[in-house]
Amino acid sequence: MTQNDAAAAPATLTAPAVQVDNMDVTYTVRGHDRLALREVSFEIGRNESYGLVGESGSGKSTVALALTRYLPRNGRVSAGSISINGQDPLAMDAATLRGMRARTVSMVYQEPGKALNPSIRVGRQVAEVYEIAGVGHNEAMERTQAMLGKVQISDPGRVMDRYPHELSGGMAQRVVIAMAIAAEPSLLILDEPTTALDATVEAEVLDLVAGLRTELDTSVLFISHNLAVIAKMCDRVGVLYAGELVEQGPARQLFDDPRHPYTVGLLRSIPRQGQRKDHGRLDTIPGFLPPPGYDLTGCIFAPRCSLAEEQCRQAEPPAFDTGPGRTSRCYRHDLAPELPRTTPADMMLPSAAVETSDPVARLRGVSKTFGGRDEAVQALVGIDLDIQRGETLGLVGESGSGKTTLARVLLGLIPPDADATVELDGQPLGPGIPQRSRDQLKALQIVFQNPDSALNRRHSVRRLITRPLVKLAGLSGSALRDRLADLVRSVRMEDRHLALRPRQLSGGLKQRVAIARAFGGGPRVVVCDEPTSALDVSVQAAILNLLADLQAKEQVTYLFISHDLGLVRYLSDRIAVLYLGRLMEVGPAERVFSGPHHPYTEALLSAVPSLDGEAPDRIKLTGEIPSAANPPSGCVFHTRCPRRLSSGICESTEPPLAEVEPGHLMRCHIPIDQLTSLQGSGSAS
Amino acid sequence: MTEIISAPTGLAVATPEQRELPAWRLLLRRPTFVGGVLILAFWVVCAIFGNAIAPHDPLAQQLLLNNKAPSSAHWFGTDQIGRDVLSRVIVGARTILIVAPLATILGTVLGTALGLALGYLGGLLDTLVGRVVEAVLALPAVIVIFLFIVALGSSAVTQILVIGFIFTPLIARTVRSAVQVESQLDYLSSARLLGDRAGRVMFVEILPNVLPTILVEFTVRLGYAIFTVATLAFLGFGVNASTPNWGSDINANYGVIGAGYWWATLFPALAIASLIIGINLVGDSIEQVLAG
Repeated sequence: MTQNDAAAAPATLTAPAVQVDNMDVTYTVRGHDRLALREVSFEIGRNESYGLVGESGSGKSTVALALTRYLPRNGRVSAGSISINGQDPLAMDAATLRGMRARTVSMVYQEPGKALNPSIRVGRQVAEVYEIAGVGHNEAMERTQAMLGKVQISDPGRVMDRYPHELSGGMAQRVVIAMAIAAEPSLLILDEPTTALDATVEAEVLDLVAGLRTELDTSVLFISHNLAVIAKMCDRVGVLYAGELVEQGPARQLFDDPRHPYTVGLLRSIPRQGQRKDHGRLDTIPGFLPPPGYDLTGCIFAPRCSLAEEQCRQAEPPAFDTGPGRTSRCYRHDLAPELPRTTPADMMLPSAAVETSDPVARLRGVSKTFGGRDEAVQALVGIDLDIQRGETLGLVGESGSGKTTLARVLLGLIPPDADATVELDGQPLGPGIPQRSRDQLKALQIVFQNPDSALNRRHSVRRLITRPLVKLAGLSGSALRDRLADLVRSVRMEDRHLALRPRQLSGGLKQRVAIARAFGGGPRVVVCDEPTSALDVSVQAAILNLLADLQAKEQVTYLFISHDLGLVRYLSDRIAVLYLGRLMEVGPAERVFSGPHHPYTEALLSAVPSLDGEAPDRIKLTGEIPSAANPPSGCVFHTRCPRRLSSGICESTEPPLAEVEPGHLMRCHIPIDQLTSLQGSGSAS
Repeated sequence: MTEIISAPTGLAVATPEQRELPAWRLLLRRPTFVGGVLILAFWVVCAIFGNAIAPHDPLAQQLLLNNKAPSSAHWFGTDQIGRDVLSRVIVGARTILIVAPLATILGTVLGTALGLALGYLGGLLDTLVGRVVEAVLALPAVIVIFLFIVALGSSAVTQILVIGFIFTPLIARTVRSAVQVESQLDYLSSARLLGDRAGRVMFVEILPNVLPTILVEFTVRLGYAIFTVATLAFLGFGVNASTPNWGSDINANYGVIGAGYWWATLFPALAIASLIIGINLVGDSIEQVLAG
């Protein structure tokens, strides 16, 4: 990538953009000091892009706050030193500090919606940055227009007159980035800038930032939980764990050859290079992130590390040199790549054969229209879909594509439009829950995305898990007790958890309770709606393993919804791709992923940053997702399609969902042979 | 996490469940809560044991000792017909502490049921009843209550019913918005997927989650109810003219403040104020503790 060239350029003779030496940050909580960062040292050179990666609670954002002196009132840098362009922000008076924040350092946060003032027009807000720098009003507005053009907003003049709520998430984040670079800062801090965005939009924003970096004279501190994003965007990386920078080094080397057991564990818990469940289980990191301020002698990771020995528990390891520009805080860094697995690799796979003749669920002509006659929004349009017995059907698409609506229609939470047919085991299902029998309710359950929302926070874990056993499975007495104990063991929780409330559990444990609830009634189809997107990477792997185990044990069918294509590929047997409420492609997972595939699928796949390097012929999607209230004519994807035919048929006629090869359906005018040759070279992965 | 399917390396990491103090212990740590409870407890004791505690008979008139300033014999002085003000303040707690809480409980129970139904079921019911509720809210509560009491005649039961019914839409509105927030959450979908009916979803699933809001609303309304009951008595619509009553005592005595006889008015007024302050201290503490 181009960034690597930039890093290779000789550093200027001036001070580095950022130099942090042995920094401790302490928060005072109810009179007790809690160490949030411990002996953090790193350096960001001129024009360098440095990535900080870590799970939630590792202290990533605290680093950014400390650099800009935005730590909350109860936090302070309690040891060490910071220098930005050779100046110490900790020693600055109020005016100098304001000057630094206005001109030297800019920040971009996760939620663009919260970073913009909702009551001021976009143009005004960006122009303000110039006016603070002493530019007159008219010139500021002109420069704003130019800057919005630079962040690839297609019609800057019109966007300037809008209010932030009228912009899409990706557009708003572009505006925030425009504001951040307007002051031509020498350091740009990006804190999870794309986490709230769709994969296709994320790809655009990341491309934009990468492009701006080569153009502007800016150093970047890029903070993310997403290893692949960091790998794509950064020259060098620091891995933060529980407030300690456990490993540092050039991005490519660090991800290819990690030298700290934590980094090794993190990388193993992500499905990579097209890994699928039949290739084996994902490895996990046992145990928990220690709570902030946890006082521990020895290595902070030792309690979770299978390489830990006596020395690790006695004294904190220093930063060992593990190669040019690389350090690892591990006594046993030489052995780290051979870290023993904590989870056996072999995996039970569902034994039920996938029979195409007898689907467990069948949807025919399922449409769903929201709103009245005047402003009708078609969330689903004529979906025909079979879900085979015992399979995992992955459902993918951008937000607003209708994934969740489809799942809710199947479950009966939302009634479909009148002429739709939904069948379970050949029997028609009522449109809503009241019209369905207890047996049918039992058969269909869901694991929601966010366990905080899906579990009643006033009920104990015991009550939450027992309820479906009583209500759906009709158990009582000793049968109930036995099944409860069995279920708790199946989701790998312990009896002592039963008395607790959801609030007292970690995110992963909460999701286990939600899974136990879904399986309590003995379902035949379980909808998993982004079941791991609220969880950290290391926890996600354990939940995926659990879902795979349960599928084998209980012989259930999954409808697996996720925006993370790596996860979908790992878990799914077949894939269905939705765009604007229409099914664009359905087929066996490997066929859909390796191609030939629908141009939309192709674009989705190439938008996802990968830890394994990028496909050379990446195709890019441009333009906004059209509104479902006013879908484009012809093929709904033609407005963004990189492979649109010049004949004009794409604009005029909607293609049918046709079988292009056995079991592989596609809604595209381009003949399959032509798609094969167009996409041929990129299908190696 | 208990991610360890089998732990070949014998890693043992305990699950860090968050320990948390129950709400009542957090409340007891707050001086404002303890202070409020002490004030309330004092008046509850007066309401129950008033006649036994009072140093004099609150009804006994000693015309020769009228309008006496506070002294060691009569700590709060005597009124225009020589009754002991301290005794009247103590015994006067009873009526107000029967009528106001019962009226508030009635309003809270009805308002909660109505608010749950409006917030959860929504639709046409919400639109229609919502308009009625807004219409009631547009009228000043005290004046509406006053009109009903005038029309129906004053008794403890009428006051409880009228105040309770007028409070119902006010409380329903608060509960309704809390329920609407809950309605966005997936646990209600989970309950529906188990085949639970609306009644169970509302009272078993949602109610425990909006209980804190209801509790805070109850304390706020209780303060208003006390004020309303005292106002009615002041205006001459007290429950029973023969029992001591703070509101009517203020009414009977405020005319002579100009003559320097301030104590017969001040002490019942302080009683009302302290009761309302006590309730608000308790209510604020509960709200802050529940807000985290």
